[in-house]
Amino acid sequence: MLVADRVAAVDSSIVGREFPPVGPYLVSAEKVREFATAIGWEYADQVPPTFPIVLAGASMNAFLAESGLELSRIVHGEQRFSFQRPIVPGDALTSTLTVASLRQMGGNDIIGTTTAFTDTTGALVGTASATLIHRGEQA
Amino acid sequence: MTISTGSINDWRAGDVLEPQHYPVTRADLVRYAGASGDFNPIHWSDRIAGAVGLPGVIAHGMLTMGLTSRAVATWTGGAPIVDLGVRFTSMVVVPDTDEGTIVTIGGTVKSVEDGLVKIALQVTCDGQKVLGNPTAVVRG
Repeated sequence: MLVADRVAAVDSSIVGREFPPVGPYLVSAEKVREFATAIGWEYADQVPPTFPIVLAGASMNAFLAESGLELSRIVHGEQRFSFQRPIVPGDALTSTLTVASLRQMGGNDIIGTTTAFTDTTGALVGTASATLIHRGEQA
Repeated sequence: MTISTGSINDWRAGDVLEPQHYPVTRADLVRYAGASGDFNPIHWSDRIAGAVGLPGVIAHGMLTMGLTSRAVATWTGGAPIVDLGVRFTSMVVVPDTDEGTIVTIGGTVKSVEDGLVKIALQVTCDGQKVLGNPTAVVRG
């Protein structure tokens, strides 16, 4: 598909696709502390809300490898974290990424992904939604 | 009313939260890279940042978002954040100096409903907005 002077790269059949679950990731007090220190977070009894990015990375890498997108062409457009309950050290969380939406604009692909984090009982703990902008190649 | 910290159950829509100023240095970027697992070299190599057309090494957008959550926690005394959303609109360039740069985070209470406090945030660096429509929802 040729739009403007760039070529979009992503096939629309990817929308709605759920990628295989990744994990479980064991949330350790030490990793939470390391992450909290890196953002200057002072509340030791609360896991920072952006901590799940540590888990989301693995499912995002699997998604990129399979979808053929180039990391160097991707810009992080939007990010949201929502929680059903707080994450606590000791949680074993499984991440499942779904491609929620795809738009093509000016030869760029705008990809919406949703990653669900579930605990060992299968209950949803939280969701990370990301919008990724994949810059098309110059035609 | 301008408020700094205290019981969020006393907050009202329109309350303005005291801006927080967070220095960001290259050392902070390295620390965040290790903690988060995001080792993209645009966050630590001038050579590679320049090669892909950036004005210099930039902070991880997720670090700026993390600092935003820190400001919310500081205002609320660590109340649980149930929702945090941002758009990444501008880059935070971090020079290789002792001072680095400063990210400033302000906030205004938008609503207090059913024990949930919604905060509209303003996140700037060098006077320029770096996040679009950053919003947090906190459980009181």
